[in-house]
Amino acid sequence: MIEVSDLTVRLGGVTALDSMSVNFVQGTCGLIGPNGAGKTTFFNVLSGFVRPVGGSVRAYGEDLLGMVHFRRARWGLRRSFQTEQAIEQLSVFDNVAMIHEHSRLSRASRRQEVLDAISFVGLEIDPQAKVATLGAAQRRLVEVARAVVGEPRLVLLDEPAAGLPDEETEHLSGVIKAIPGHTGALVILVDHDMSLVSACCGATAVLDFGTVIASGPTGEVLRDEKVMRAYLGTEEIV
Amino acid sequence: MDAASLEGTARPSLSPRGLDARTFVRPAVIVALLAFVLFALPALLSLYYVDALTQVAIYAIVALGLGLLAGRVGLVSLGQAAVLALGAWVAARLLFATALPFPIVLLLAGLVTMALGTVVGLPALRLSGLYLALITLMLAGAITVVLATTNFPNGGHGFLGYNSNALHTPAMRRPTIASSDPAFFRYSVIVGALMFLLALVHVRTRPGRAWAAIRQSEAAARAAGINTTLYKLWAFALASFVTGVAGGLLAGSSRYLYSIDFPTQASITLLAVVLMGGIFSLWGAIVAALLLQLLPALLNSWGVSPDWLTILFGIGVLQVLTTAPAGLVDQVPKDLARVGRLLSGVARRRARTGESTP
Repeated sequence: MIEVSDLTVRLGGVTALDSMSVNFVQGTCGLIGPNGAGKTTFFNVLSGFVRPVGGSVRAYGEDLLGMVHFRRARWGLRRSFQTEQAIEQLSVFDNVAMIHEHSRLSRASRRQEVLDAISFVGLEIDPQAKVATLGAAQRRLVEVARAVVGEPRLVLLDEPAAGLPDEETEHLSGVIKAIPGHTGALVILVDHDMSLVSACCGATAVLDFGTVIASGPTGEVLRDEKVMRAYLGTEEIV
Repeated sequence: MDAASLEGTARPSLSPRGLDARTFVRPAVIVALLAFVLFALPALLSLYYVDALTQVAIYAIVALGLGLLAGRVGLVSLGQAAVLALGAWVAARLLFATALPFPIVLLLAGLVTMALGTVVGLPALRLSGLYLALITLMLAGAITVVLATTNFPNGGHGFLGYNSNALHTPAMRRPTIASSDPAFFRYSVIVGALMFLLALVHVRTRPGRAWAAIRQSEAAARAAGINTTLYKLWAFALASFVTGVAGGLLAGSSRYLYSIDFPTQASITLLAVVLMGGIFSLWGAIVAALLLQLLPALLNSWGVSPDWLTILFGIGVLQVLTTAPAGLVDQVPKDLARVGRLLSGVARRRARTGESTP
C-alpha cells in the first residue's frame, strides 16, 4: 500500500506535481496522463532524484521520502527508465546480480535467484551475453529482470513498452501482470499504451497538470469524462 | 502468455562458468608471457633497454590507475602524473628516514598517496567531463609548484628531508634482493603484476559492476542501490594507491628524484597514451606504457629526438577518438586478422591461378 498525500514538486517556475494525493493499494496499478502531466516526476520523487516541496509518501507505513536515494533499492524499490538503462558493459547475469548484491538478501542464494529472475521474464539467452549485443526488446526484459530480483516491494515501470512491436508488448504484458504474484511487490505502470494498461492494471490513476483527476478500477477510469477531456481537450477548444 | 507458463519456461542451458578451455588457456598464456618477461628479456637485452622496460613496468601501473578511472568509471583525471610524484616523494622520504623493508615502503607510499589522491578526487563527486579534467589539471599544477619549492628528499633533515647545501646526495636504496638493474626490473614487473591482479579483482566483482553502472548513468546506478559517492571515491582511492606504489618503484629505480622530472604536462601526455592504448581493457595500460617509455628509448638510440612523439601522440589520439574508441589493444588484433584474411585470400587466388595454368 502506497499512500501519496499532498505531494507538491516545483521545478523552476513549473509546478510539476500539485498536491498529488492517491493510494496505490495492491497488484499492478496504472498511472496515466498526457505528456507533461508529472508521471516521470512522480517516479523521480519516489527514487529520490527530485525533492518535493511538500507532501508525503508512505510505503507500507514507512516514510519513503526520508530515505537516502541509494538506500531505497535496499528497502525494495525498483524502477525502469523511459530510455532503458541496462548496463551495456556488463553481462545479463551481472546486470541482474548487481541489483541483488545491493538488496537485503544473502550472497549464498544469489546465483540461483538471479537465474530465476532471468527465466521469469522469459529471456532465453546465455546469461553471460553482454547487454550491448542485445536487441531493444531483450534489453527491456533485462530491465524487468533487474526490477524483480531481490524481493522488491515497489516496482516502478516507466513506459516499458515504448517502441516495442505488438508481439513483444504482449509478452511484456504477461510478465508485468505476473510480477505481483511472483514477488509480492506492488507495481506502478506508466504507459501511453492504453491496451497494455487495461490488460495489466486492476486500478489506474490519471494525472493531469500534476493533479490526480481520477482513480479507481481501470475500466471505469478510462471511460471517465474528465479523463477523456484531459487527453482529447475540451469541446470549446475543438 | 500467463504467469504459470512464464515461470515454467525452460531455463537457458548454462555451461558452468570457468570450465571451458579458454579459461585455462588465458592464464597459461599470461604466466608464460610473465616468465618470458622476467627471465628471458633481461638476458637478451642490453642494460639500456632493461632500464627502459623498468620504466615501462612502472608507468604501466600509472596507466592502469588512469585507465580504471577513465574507462571503468568515466572520470577523466589530468592529475595522475602529480599523484605519481606524490607517491615518489613519500617513498623517498621513507627510504631516507627509515630502515623499513622496501615492500613496506611501497605499501606505505601507496596508502599515503591513496589518502591524498582521494582528496584530489573529491571534486569528482560534483563535477565530471571537462570540468573535472580542468580541476584535476589545476591541482596537478599546484602539486608541481609545491614540489618545485620543497624539492624531493635528498637525505637532509626535517619534515621535507631536503638539504640544499648537500654537495653529494646519497642514492635512494633498493631492496637487497633487487639491487642490480635487471633484478630491479624483475622486482618492478612482479609488483606491477600484483597491481594488475588487484585491479582485475576489483573490475570483476562488486565495485567493477558498480563502476560500470555509474559510467553509463548515475541516476540508474543510484536507482540500483549503488552509493555513487562511495564508489567514485573508491575508484580514486584505488587509482591513487597503485599510482603511489608506482611512485615508490620510481624512487628505487631512478635513485635520484628531481621535481623537474614531474612537469604538469606529463599528466596530459599520460592521458593521451592511455586513450591510445585502450581504456576498456587492462592490457591497454601496458600498451600505453610501451608508447610512453619504450618508444622514446628506441628513438633516442636511433638518434631521433623523442620530442617528435608529442606530434605522433596527438595524431594517435585523434585516430583513436575518431575510429577506434577501444584503443590499439582492440584495434591492432582486428587489423591483423583483416590483413591475415587478405593475405590468405591472395594466396588462395594465386594457388588457384597456379592450378589452372599448366
